[in-house]
Amino acid sequence: MGGFIFKRSLQSVFSLIALIVLVFFLARLTGSPADLYLPQDASPEVRFQFNERLGFNDPLYVQFGRFLVGLLHFDMGESLQFSRPAVDVVLNAFPTTLMLAAITMPIVIILSVITGSLAAFRPGGVFDRLASFISLIGASTPNFWVAIVGVLVFAVTFRILPTSGTGTPLHWVLPVAVLTLRPTGVLVQVVRTSMITALSSAYVKTAKARGVGSRAIIFVHALRNGLLPVITVASDQAAGIVNGAVIVETVFGFPGIGKLMIDSVMLRDFAVIQAAVLVTALAVFIINILVDITYALVDPRIRYS
Amino acid sequence: MSDTPLLEIRNLSIHFPSSRGTVHVVSDVSWSVRKGETLAILGESGSGKSVSTSAILDLIDAPPAVISQGEILYQGRDLLKTPKDERRKINGKNISMIFQDPLAALNPVYPIGWQIAETLRVHGVDRQTAHARVIDLLTRVGIDDPERRAKQYPHQFSGGQRQRIMIASAIALEPDLLIADEPTSALDVTVQAQVLALLKQLQAESGMGLVLITHDLSVVEKVADRVVVMQNGRIVETGDAAAIMAAPQHPYTRKLLDAMPGRHGFTPQLAVTSADRPLLEVEHVSRVYGVAPGKLKPGNTGGVRAVDDASFVLRSGETLGIVGESGSGKSTLARMLLGLEAPTSGTIRFDGHDLNGMSAAQTYTVRRRMQFVFQDPTASLNPRMTVGQIVSEPFAIHPDVLPRSEWRGRAIELLERVGLTADHIDRHPHQFSGGQRQRIAIARALALQPEVIVCDEAVSALDVSIQAQVIDLLKTLRRDFGLSYIFIAHDLALVRDFATSVIVMYRGQIVEQGLTTQIYTNPQHDYTKRLLAASGDHLSSAA
Repeated sequence: MGGFIFKRSLQSVFSLIALIVLVFFLARLTGSPADLYLPQDASPEVRFQFNERLGFNDPLYVQFGRFLVGLLHFDMGESLQFSRPAVDVVLNAFPTTLMLAAITMPIVIILSVITGSLAAFRPGGVFDRLASFISLIGASTPNFWVAIVGVLVFAVTFRILPTSGTGTPLHWVLPVAVLTLRPTGVLVQVVRTSMITALSSAYVKTAKARGVGSRAIIFVHALRNGLLPVITVASDQAAGIVNGAVIVETVFGFPGIGKLMIDSVMLRDFAVIQAAVLVTALAVFIINILVDITYALVDPRIRYS
Repeated sequence: MSDTPLLEIRNLSIHFPSSRGTVHVVSDVSWSVRKGETLAILGESGSGKSVSTSAILDLIDAPPAVISQGEILYQGRDLLKTPKDERRKINGKNISMIFQDPLAALNPVYPIGWQIAETLRVHGVDRQTAHARVIDLLTRVGIDDPERRAKQYPHQFSGGQRQRIMIASAIALEPDLLIADEPTSALDVTVQAQVLALLKQLQAESGMGLVLITHDLSVVEKVADRVVVMQNGRIVETGDAAAIMAAPQHPYTRKLLDAMPGRHGFTPQLAVTSADRPLLEVEHVSRVYGVAPGKLKPGNTGGVRAVDDASFVLRSGETLGIVGESGSGKSTLARMLLGLEAPTSGTIRFDGHDLNGMSAAQTYTVRRRMQFVFQDPTASLNPRMTVGQIVSEPFAIHPDVLPRSEWRGRAIELLERVGLTADHIDRHPHQFSGGQRQRIAIARALALQPEVIVCDEAVSALDVSIQAQVIDLLKTLRRDFGLSYIFIAHDLALVRDFATSVIVMYRGQIVEQGLTTQIYTNPQHDYTKRLLAASGDHLSSAA
């Protein structure tokens, strides 16, 4: 297993390098920060000095070289908008997003595993139809719309939840609820399908013949076999949230990494964009390793060498 | 043996409603089994034998299935009127069941010891006692080193061991009745014999009743006291096993017995002589997995030797049977003959040309002269193509053979040749039975008028009566077209009645080869003797 993690890490290093190069050059295609940070009638001398101070007058390859050298010291440059090191800015926002994912995903997984499993027990039954109907709505309703309606109903009309920002646990209720909706809708369908397959297997029939009860058949025999596709989809969704729940963070004014990235792109804050992409990429890489380890724990036939 | 039956089924009928009307799977079936008795339920696929026994353990999905009438009496109590919870308490404790494919029947993600212990625990045995019993049970069914093996997972055992584990789980609570649904069909012939012997031994020790569902007459012959013969959901004949085997009354039973390979006296197939032209020459061919082709050095013991130094010659007009159990390397050998896999060392020559040193153009020509029929016709026929398209696809690959305008006419000729009709041509494979599908595959193989057809377990998936028909077809084609066959099979009786010469493979090596007559009347190698013994006395004695 140790050898496997080492090999995977090595492979990821190459992907990370490609990503860094791509982000560095793509960000610079958006235009010059000088246009945004200086008054429209700023003189060419002022512009030149602004660019000179930030190093934007040097050829691109010099800028890139400087960026790489900085990277080795974990120095990703200074944020234009905050006038602080970009790494600090990103590491300040990231825990909020991580927290959001850490609260949302367990809720998503528990809800969809229970709902999907029960739906699969009697395909075509009343519970199955109801679950399929509701999960389809959940999977297909746009996030921003639910977020705005949620604010309108619970914050404006009933005044039981705050509209935006952070601070109290109550501030987390609406963002988490909105974030939960879509992944749950999708995952219920995945769980249902893979559980129907597992429940129609010969080992389930054998378990019935041995006198094993329905609950153990669903949650002990079928579930562990049906989990692999569920883990795949759930990890994808978790990576999506970690990458920045952009819409939810923006609507609820949540200071997470998604909001930070959007703001930084708008403000051409290259240093922050680069740092944010690198940190989220690292997080996604760690999630993938964890998923591979989980596969091996769930299914003894999977062994990495 | 007491007189009151242990389990009695009375007038059981089960049907499935479907869009094309009701399908009667089981119609008015009655049978009973006593303590210590072995009842065989014999029938081909679709005869309703599995459905009727699944009903005993509440294993059929109702709905959609409907049990329209009948009683299942266990110790005088009608199980069909018993609440589900109480039936579950009977399952595994009083009546238990084992299934055809032990790999599928064991849960892949739990250790086998845990699974056996679960049977004990759901019926109220505590954890410590259960563990001790598991070790004891594994020992009883012949699993070595049970303490260590109990912690392993199903994929770490062989097919025969898995079925032993299933049996251990089924007898864990010393049931009165064990239902075995095709318990040996997925196993090799020598392993089959061991598993049947184990079941008989356990039955002798505990006096349990045994219901054996099977399509295999040789299994009936070996272990059954009484037989129930089923066809299309009905019982057509029932009675004492020995009596039925000796003098079947119903025409269907007679047909089944008649179709049983090796049943008739041994009529040797006309052998070829060494004067006949060698078509296929295999010289010192090995296939070692984990070693690159050409890199095999003498004495190299690394890698898995799927085929180890095989040499033989197939002459024009010859039918060469290749016999062996799973893992013996016979399919790897076939794949190398077809050029689907390259040998690690050695040469294969077709009509004097080395198959491996060939240019793409030469290979293309050779392929035309050598065709194949695989085991599973459902998998080897493209479900989206019509039969006409399937049979004429070879003409599309070899466009110089036949102008497009004549494809359809030739396809119809080919279909009629294999016993199908012209109006089958626009149908799709799923509209045919297993036997018909294999006929379509044979028609496709014949399309280019090959000289050799390689049949890899071509009839193994078919019912015995269908098997006989397909073999008859292959024999007719052999006579009419002078075809040569390589006929790979695990069924010795089948090979005996069809092949002119035989190769016996064991662990990648050819352990014996010769004329069919020699091999079956005077086997030399120990393994051949074991194989012959395991597949029943009538094989060698009939000779």
